[in-house]
Parts: sequence; structure tokens; C-alpha cells
Amino acid sequence: MFGKLNWHSIPWDQPIPLIAAAIVGSGILAVLVWTWRAGHVPYLWREWITSVDHKRIGIMYCGFALLMLMRGFVDAAMMRSQQAIAYGNPGYLPPEHYDQIFSAHGTIMIFFVAMPFVIGLMNFVVPLQLGVRDVAFPTLNNVSFWLTASGALLINLSLVIGEFAKTGWLAYPPLSELRFSPGVGVDYYLWALQISGVGTLLSGVNLVTTILKMRAPGMGYTRMPMFCWTSLASNLLIVAAFPILTATLAMLLLDRYLGFHFFTNELGGNQMMFVNLIWAWGHPEVYILILPAFGVFSEIVSTFSSKPLFGYRSMVVATMVICILSFMVWLHHFFTMGAGADVNGFFGVTTMIIAVPTGVKVFNWLFTMYGGKIRFHVPMLWAVAFMVTFVIGGMTGVLLAVPPADFVLHNSLFLVAHFHNVIIGGVLFGAFAGYNYWFPKAFGFRLDERWGRRAFWLWVGGFYLAFMPLYVLGLMGMTRRMAHYDVPGWQPWLIAAAFGALMIAGGIACQVIQLYVSIRNRKDLVDVSGDPWDGRSLEWITTSPPPPFNFAVLPNVTGEEAYWGIKSTARDNGELSERPKYEAFHMPRNSPTGVVTAFFTTALGFAAVWHIWWLFVLGFLGAWATFVIFAWRDENEIEISAAEAERLDAERRNAKARLLDIPADQPA
Amino acid sequence: MSGDPHKLGRGEIAPSERGPAPKRVVVAYGFWIFLLTDFIMFAGFFAAYAVLAKATAGGPAARDIVELPLVGGETALLLASSFACGMAGIATAAKNRFWFQIAMAATALLGAGFLALEAYEFLHLIGEGHGPQRSAFLSAFFALVGCHGLHVTLGLVWLTTMMAQVQAKGFRDEILRRIACFSLFWHALDIIWVALFTTVYLLGVAG
Repeated sequence: MFGKLNWHSIPWDQPIPLIAAAIVGSGILAVLVWTWRAGHVPYLWREWITSVDHKRIGIMYCGFALLMLMRGFVDAAMMRSQQAIAYGNPGYLPPEHYDQIFSAHGTIMIFFVAMPFVIGLMNFVVPLQLGVRDVAFPTLNNVSFWLTASGALLINLSLVIGEFAKTGWLAYPPLSELRFSPGVGVDYYLWALQISGVGTLLSGVNLVTTILKMRAPGMGYTRMPMFCWTSLASNLLIVAAFPILTATLAMLLLDRYLGFHFFTNELGGNQMMFVNLIWAWGHPEVYILILPAFGVFSEIVSTFSSKPLFGYRSMVVATMVICILSFMVWLHHFFTMGAGADVNGFFGVTTMIIAVPTGVKVFNWLFTMYGGKIRFHVPMLWAVAFMVTFVIGGMTGVLLAVPPADFVLHNSLFLVAHFHNVIIGGVLFGAFAGYNYWFPKAFGFRLDERWGRRAFWLWVGGFYLAFMPLYVLGLMGMTRRMAHYDVPGWQPWLIAAAFGALMIAGGIACQVIQLYVSIRNRKDLVDVSGDPWDGRSLEWITTSPPPPFNFAVLPNVTGEEAYWGIKSTARDNGELSERPKYEAFHMPRNSPTGVVTAFFTTALGFAAVWHIWWLFVLGFLGAWATFVIFAWRDENEIEISAAEAERLDAERRNAKARLLDIPADQPA
Repeated sequence: MSGDPHKLGRGEIAPSERGPAPKRVVVAYGFWIFLLTDFIMFAGFFAAYAVLAKATAGGPAARDIVELPLVGGETALLLASSFACGMAGIATAAKNRFWFQIAMAATALLGAGFLALEAYEFLHLIGEGHGPQRSAFLSAFFALVGCHGLHVTLGLVWLTTMMAQVQAKGFRDEILRRIACFSLFWHALDIIWVALFTTVYLLGVAG
């Protein structure tokens, strides 16, 4: 009836996960009860959970990523504190628990923090910057989000029901094969990633189609804001790389569930094929994450330097070159596997070549700042910290690209320091910069600057304190994933790193306070003009927050920096542009398809983990039935009348007139 | 100055500057992108097959298990099914519900025939002790061919759902778009099969 699931699947003998789960569980319960009692449930259901508005979905992605960041950070804090004390003693985390923690930390941070954060930003910003009303497939967009959430739910369930993988975040065989990992941990990992991977893939299809087929009139490719270009590159990579992950994990699933021999030790299985396949996805994946961050920084550096982006076309070329080259370097993740000097040499050189377009980008940002009137608001602070930090991480990357050096440093903490250096210093700083930059657009008020700065300094300082010692430890020979050690020289560095993690915790606390203070003071921080930073691209032409349809009339684009052009013309002429002709149009209706599908896929994944096959079939049939019911719907759209569009646009135009200090429209 | 100095778009406005494409184009385009992702997933299985083709672990090799007449029959059924699917497309263009249902039913029957032959092939192999657990080669073989078979199965679920939907709702705009996507999907499975037939079966017999 319940497959492998029974009373002993819950780790009653391990207090840490149980207490953690009890705290988190009661927290969630309290929030749910409060939400229910306050009567917010219908509102949440109508306006958020079933919303097909790309802005709402983008915000949900980002909020989800921030929540999961807490979970991933707790894992990190446990590892840092364990290593700080575990010299010559076992510390407080037994190895089998420590192994689960580092596996969960990597999996969560990449798949459920970094990915949803950048997808959320792209979802929110790209249609606004392109000057259109939504993405190509709005309902599918909602389904994508809920599938991602479904995968995350499975991973978090593994905390209390069963266990998580002890294999590291990429679950290399043969360790991840049934013979060496007989528990359900790897199965949780595989099903969670398969389900959320479908969500990511569909979201990639959606955004590629949006950028290539849905742009405002006049928004040619060479007029798209830089963030749209980097989003295009990133989503092309999703579309090209995620299917490889799906295939690879499917093979491992077949090995584990049906006794296949793709990666086993016996009967011809080939573990090296897994390593090749997983990195054929895994290396493009790091560019999927970093390219949107590059786009965020391009927007921010240009806006806060009050100048157009330096070398726009070279930036486009650099982006697309990175997009292509990212598929030609995957072998540098396993130089030590023994492919031979020639192969290693080839991949070492391609890896170094990819630093060239990245260098082009850094110089373009610097030249954008050069001679500009720079305003150091919080997003710009993150951008500057990124440039410094990312260059350090990039250089250690080029060092690791030298195969002989890699033979020394492979799997050491030097590597761990390197990839945290680029992922935190690049992706996460980019996410925080974008969060501070676009928050007023999303909610109509700015985030508090003072707490934003405190968070910034604690994060940046904490990052350096936490990860620079890891470079040193790597050079001293400390390998990654050690639960305890007996080299006295390592401990001071690990204690320093633990203090770094503590500083980062302070940074996170400041971010929470920043959000709270900003909501409390929202009247003072309000953004009435829709253009709080003197922006240059089309998201700033509409109100903050924008109406559900973004634009009453699609803007007509005549050059690069579409909004800046319109704004300058209005300023020079001393009057707003001519009032457009308003027409009625249609917007898609909300749909519970996504959340219901996710309910069934969660059941399906859980059933597969525990071999509850009737529930597996039920989950599949439920998901299919949900789609059929959606397909049977007769009314898919609601109409927005011309009068309504005109009324809302009049408010927007008056706000812009006040912003530019020019006369408002006369009532028609 | 414009993005199209040579007027390749044959109009006053460059093609990239004409505003959002009509919904019909957007849907088909998006579905093409999805199909490309599916091809890449298959490429993963093809790559695994190529790597493991010689890893027979003392078990049978491809030439020992391939029965070309059977596979020829499968191919004929699948291609005929795609032909019937094309007929359904013509019936859709003519808005003829009766012939649409006939053609789709033929598509489904031929597809099911293909699956029956494939199931026979699989069960026969497993019965002889040549199942996917026997060797890495057989694992890759069953996974690659089976992944295509799984696509055909899901295609049949989709196909019957489309038949019911056309019967219930008629040829509405969004249903026409879905039919277009379905036929793209069904023909894409042919492309995969051609590659599969060549790599696995023909080269298997030759090797």
C-alpha cells in the first residue's frame, strides 16, 4: 500500500532535522493560520496563486528564491560551524548527516535559489522592456513556477520523511547507484530535479519565444535593452542544455529503478559518461545563471552613470559568443579523469578564451562609468562590488583552467572558493542588485537605502571573510566535503571563514529588516512617477506598479534606449508626446492549472521516491486531467475596454508630466 | 541606419521591427522550440547509445538481436500513420469534422500498431534473457527505443484528447493551433525514428 514508506522512515533518532522541521513547520503553519484568519486566502488565490501575469509570477519566483536562500544558508552555516570546531574531534554533525547537508546546500542554492531568482527577474522585466503586455504563453508560465515549487517541496520533505542524497549536488555514480546509495536520498534528488527541470525548460521555451516573436513595434534586435539580450542568451542555453540534464537523470533513474547499466560498475556501465553528460549541461548552466546577472549590471551601471551603455554592440557580440563557447568547455570540470594531455589542453584553451568576451564586458562597464555622473544608490553599490569580486573569481578560474594547476587544486577548497566567488559575487550580487533596482517598479515604493547599505557591507565583507580563507586552505591541501580533519594549521582559517558566514547572516538579517522597514515607511518611499532612478528602458515608462496589461498602447520604438528617447523629446519640446488612439484589447484569464498540476506532480514524485505505484499513476492521471479541463475552457480572455485603457493611461501621462515639469494633458 | 539596410524583409519596416507576431505564429514557433529541446534530449540518449554500443558484456550485440523485417514493419506503420496525420491536417483546413475524425482514428490505429510491434520486440528480447539488465548496450538500446515509444504513447493520449475536443468544441482558433502543434509533434517523431532506424538498426546489422 505505502511502498517503502513506514513509521521508521521518519528519522526519530536525529534531533537536528526534526527540531529544524518542527520550527519551520510551525512557522509555516502560523503564517497559514494568520493568512486564513485575516481573510487573505481568496485574495492570494485570485491575485497571485492563479495569476498568469508575468509580473506576479516573476515576483513569486523571486520571493520563493529568497525563502530558499534562507534554507540553503542554514545548511551553509551548519557546515562552516562544523568545520570550525571539528579539528581532531567529530564535531556535532555525524558524517552521514554532514554529507546530506552539503548535497542539499548545493542542490538548493543552484536549482532553487539562483535559478528561480534569475528566472523571476527575467519574467518580471523582459516583457516590460520589450514593450509588450505579457510573455508568449502566460498560463504555461504559471505552470513553470509551480513545477519549480513542487520540486523544492519534495527536497524539503526529505528533511523529515526519509533522507536526502549523500552524494554531492551532482550525484556522481557509482556512488549514487542503488548498490552504494540504497536509501531514498538520491531518489528525492532525482525526482525533485526532474519535476522542477520541466518547469525550467518550459520557462526557457516561453522566454525565447517571447523575445524572438513578441516585441513592441520598432523594437528591433539591435534596439533591445542589454538585459533582454542576456536573457535571450540565457534562455537559449536553458533550451539547449536542460534536455541533456533530463536525459542524464532519466538514465540514472533507469539504473536505480529498473536495473539498467548506464553507469554501474558491472556489465559495461560507464561512469565517465555520466560525468561528461552532466557537465555538458552543468557548464552551460553556470552561464544560464551569470548572463542575466551581466544584463542586470549593464542596466544598472548605465542608469546610475546617467549614460548609455558603452559599446552596446560589442556587449551583444560578447554575450552571444559566451552563449556559444559555454558549450565547448565542459571538460575542464574533470581534467583529472584522464582524457589525456591533448584533450585537456584543448579544453584548457577554450576555457581561457571564454574569459575574453567576459573581459570585454568588464571594460564596457568601466567605460560606461568613466565620465558619467555616477549615483551610488544600493543597486550601483552591488554593481561595483560585483566588478571587483567577479574579476578575482574570474582570474582564479583562469588559473584552474590550466590543467597541471588543476591537477593540484582539483576538489580542494580552492575550487570551492572559486565557484562561490563567481556565483555569489556574480549571480547573487546581481540578484540583489536587481531586487533593489526593480523593487519600486514591482511594488510602487523604493527599498530603504540605509538598511540596504548595511546589508550590502555585511554581505560583501562577510563574503570576503568567508571565502578568501578557503583559497588559502585549498593551497594548503584541504579537500572539499570534509566532516572533520586533523591538521592543526587549518583550524584558524576555518574559524575565520565561520565568522564570515556569521557576517553574512547579519547581512541577511539586514535584508529582512530592510524589507520590513520599507513596507512600514512605504508612504515616504513611494514612487509616483514610475521612474525613480531616471531610467532609460521601457519598464520605466509605465506606472509603478504597472497595470496588469503593462501598456495601454504598445510604445512605438524608434531607437536604442526607447524610454530615454521619448523622455528627452518630451523634455526638449516641453510637452508630452501626442496622445495615442486607444483601442480595446484582450488579456488572458487567470487559471489554477499550474498549482493543481503541481499538486499532482508532487504526489507523483513522492510516490516514485517511495515506490507507491498506485499514487504514481494517480498523480500522472491527475496532471493530465488538469490539462484537459484547462483545454476545455470556453472563455480564455477578458476584454479591457478602450475607455479603461485611456483612463489609466491619463493618470500615467499626468505623472510623467509632473516628473518632467511640463504641462499635463488637457482633458479630451 | 535601420536594422535592415538591404531591405531583406521586402517592406518599408524591417521584419524585426513589425511588432508582436500573430498568435498562430507565436504558438507554432514556441512549439518548434519545444520540439528542438526534445531532439536534444534524444541526442543525449543517442550519445549514450553510441558510447555503449560495444559494451555488450559478453551478451548479444546489435546484429544478434535486430530483426529487420519486424523493424521494417514498424517503420511502415509509423510513416503511414504520419501520412494519415497529414490527411487530418487537410481535413482540418477544410473544416471537415467527419474526415478529420476518420483520419485521426487511422493515425491512432497505425500508431498503436507500431507500438504493438515494438512491445512484441521488447517482450521477445526480454523473454530470451536479453533485457535491459543484461548489459550496458542493451540498457542504452531499450532506453533509446523505449523513449521514442513513450513519446508515441503520449502522442496517442494527446491524439485521442484532440479527437474528443474537436468533437465537443469544433474547430475553434485555439483548437486549430493545438492541432497544428500535434501534427508537428507526430511528424517530429518520424524524424527521430529515421535517425533511430539508421543508427540502431541499420548500422547494428552492418556492424
